[in-house]
Amino acid sequence: MAFNSLTEFLMMGTHGVYVWSAYGFSTLTLVWLVWNTLATRRKTRDTLRKRFLRNQAR
Amino acid sequence: MSWAWFHKLGSPKWFFSWSKPWALPLFCFGCLSLLIGLVWGLVFAPADYQQGNSFRIIYIHVPVAMLAQSCYLALGAAGFVFLVWQMKMAPVFIKAMAPIGAVMSLVALVSGAIWGKPTWGTWWVWDARLTSVLVLFFLYMGIIALQNSLEDQVLANKAAAVISVVGLINLPVIKYSVVLLETLHQGPTFTLTKKPEMPAEMWLPLLFAVIGLYCFVAGVVLWRMQSEILMSEHRSSWVKQEVTKHGF
Repeated sequence: MAFNSLTEFLMMGTHGVYVWSAYGFSTLTLVWLVWNTLATRRKTRDTLRKRFLRNQAR
Repeated sequence: MSWAWFHKLGSPKWFFSWSKPWALPLFCFGCLSLLIGLVWGLVFAPADYQQGNSFRIIYIHVPVAMLAQSCYLALGAAGFVFLVWQMKMAPVFIKAMAPIGAVMSLVALVSGAIWGKPTWGTWWVWDARLTSVLVLFFLYMGIIALQNSLEDQVLANKAAAVISVVGLINLPVIKYSVVLLETLHQGPTFTLTKKPEMPAEMWLPLLFAVIGLYCFVAGVVLWRMQSEILMSEHRSSWVKQEVTKHGF
């Protein structure tokens, strides 16, 4: 392990703010991408399912 | 060699049922490998003797920057396939991939800027590497805008394919900008011909993160393509079956 304590790990020498902001931004953006992908998937399924059921009822 | 697989790619139905079982495992394996790479790089890898701990940004910056370029290469290939063979799956792929590429290039730009501040003393310089990656981001945004704004879908697909192919010229500019031109940016970490100049405990976690992110993107692009196929093929009876009977 490259660090002796949790504080040392969070401080990253003097670079904590840079390392953690870079990782924070990257994580949030990638999580958004996955969320957007799965939301589109769910929306597509629901829209089509509703449309087919409506046509069937007619 | 049989070309049957290539012709099958023209069939959305075939692609959908073939790709369905792949998306989730690829995504999960990708997340796992990415996580291993990032934790290893953040906690266990030794600090750089020059840059200290800020060098740990490499474990996210290099993978997303590689993906930003690879996604574009794939986009260009799909554009070419569409323009030459009018293959149906090509515009589906472009539409699914462009937002992923845009995200990757944005994260590469932002994480690079944050890395630049403690390392070079500045967030941004207008040199060849940074500018060409910014152009890459705008290319992705242009393709997304074109596909969503043009009313005529046939025209939109063609225009997006043309930009994808023309934009390929930007990739060698990105690749060689750090080797041939004056720049603040360091040279490439991984090359095909030489061993990395870092010790293994520094580049191995990076390799995990890169492979992980490739699989992560493969899973995500398959999911996006599957939604796109269902939407564009909604008149076919197999889509109806897929959506109403199976859990999807």
